[in-house]
Amino acid sequence: MCGIVGLFLKTDKYRPELGRLTAAMLHEMRGRGPDSAGFAVYDEGTVGLTRLTVLAERTQPDWSRTAAELAAALGAAVDVRSIRDHAVFETDGDGRLARQWIIDHLPEVDVLSYGRHIELYKAVGDPDLVASQYDLAGRSGTHAVAHTRMATESAVTTNGSHPFVTGADTCLVHNGSLSNHNQLRSRLVREGESFQTENDSEVAAGYLSWRLREGDTLDEALHRALVDLDGFYTFAVGTEDGFAVLRDPIACKPAVIAETDDWVAMSSEYRAIATLPDVDDALVFEPEPARVYTWSLAS
Amino acid sequence: MNDGTSATVTEIDMRNTSLRDLNRQLHEATSGHFVVTNPRGAHAVAAGIDSDIVVELRGSVGYYAAGMLQRGTVIVDGNAGTGVAENMMSGVARVTGSATMSAGATGCGGLLVIEGGAGARCGISMKGLDIVVGGDIGHMGAFMAQAGNLVVLGDADHHLGDSIYEADLFVRGDVASLGADCEEKEMSAEDVDLLTQLLERAQMTADPGDFRHFGSARQLYNFHPDDINSEVAEARS
Repeated sequence: MCGIVGLFLKTDKYRPELGRLTAAMLHEMRGRGPDSAGFAVYDEGTVGLTRLTVLAERTQPDWSRTAAELAAALGAAVDVRSIRDHAVFETDGDGRLARQWIIDHLPEVDVLSYGRHIELYKAVGDPDLVASQYDLAGRSGTHAVAHTRMATESAVTTNGSHPFVTGADTCLVHNGSLSNHNQLRSRLVREGESFQTENDSEVAAGYLSWRLREGDTLDEALHRALVDLDGFYTFAVGTEDGFAVLRDPIACKPAVIAETDDWVAMSSEYRAIATLPDVDDALVFEPEPARVYTWSLAS
Repeated sequence: MNDGTSATVTEIDMRNTSLRDLNRQLHEATSGHFVVTNPRGAHAVAAGIDSDIVVELRGSVGYYAAGMLQRGTVIVDGNAGTGVAENMMSGVARVTGSATMSAGATGCGGLLVIEGGAGARCGISMKGLDIVVGGDIGHMGAFMAQAGNLVVLGDADHHLGDSIYEADLFVRGDVASLGADCEEKEMSAEDVDLLTQLLERAQMTADPGDFRHFGSARQLYNFHPDDINSEVAEARS
């Protein structure tokens, strides 16, 4: 099963309430994925600053000391704040170098996301609890994607939870199961991608990451995914300034989209969208199979 | 939308009535007109109705609304999620908006009207139900249909009638492609009569002459009625 929600705020009106609205949507999808949850929240960010969300599931690093070491390595300022087993680093130095430094120097720490706009949190447990532990409801911003998981293809672990990062400021949530993920994983490893889990959705994220790195636009990468990914899927992809939705050609997995002047929302089921303000005035439709839908602040 | 016989209208607000209490109330009723507000995408709303009541659902519903409808009328004044009126046996289900996947799945009888469009696999495995769709339908409409009629005033997406056993499909718009063992049929005078009646029952205005007729080519059958020996025929009778 699994449940997906995405909320993109086109105007300022509800941006202070992004987290609260996303949490309400996530709550409705609890039944579709009671074993774990995660969310990515995007805001305007600050030009020149990169944020990295990291997870230290089995250790309790001294984050202040880590930040100081990272600052010395980058020759740049690094701030850090932690929330439970997650920490968010912010630096005016080179974000890609910062990410690589953490991967190289803190092998027990996973980099969940990096970019100017994104913060990403995930954990095992009741989705409502995960949302409250990481203060989803208190967050503001422009857009968010979130996921409730009912594991089918791999174990119930924090690392197996969604969203999965696909590059700077991009991440993916998935409802479905891919049947060619082992084969595709081998191919992507040869192309230089690395994987942290046996999870099929991480392969989909790695696939998009590879295509984006090769120069595809997100739209091109998703169209190519229709050819290369075999299985059932509804994807929501969070991007630096919006999100994208794609369903496989058979369209076994549900999806519904609604749009008003102020927001665009997608979810596995309408009941998540029914929690949103002005929903009675929304244009509601089912995304067509094998069609790429994108929304962004730029358009 | 009142059926004209019930003087009393009972309003039930799902903001302060649980799904289970609502359905229990509908199951216990033997007559009357019920207006249900704020369904907010809930699943299985007005499932299992078994009396000649009228139920109006004001707002969009989730999965399996009006499922297993045995008798009565259920109107969804909004959109419907997966499997609206699935396995309905009789009565009338009407959706004023659009329906998503598997509308009318396995339905054995009665009439399902969708005034908007329907998603993929509309009428999958239908077994005698009549479905009238005002807009377009998604891919694999009437997949493995066994009996009944599917009328589409708009277009039908790819693989219409895939693996169809029997059932009559009438489409006014374009058909992207036919599925395995589905073929275009002649539109006989009887077919025009049937279609005219279906449109009338659905309260839809369209010229039966604008429709094309599709059905089973019967090439995927693994049995022929002639092969049934008398013992089997007796056992079945």
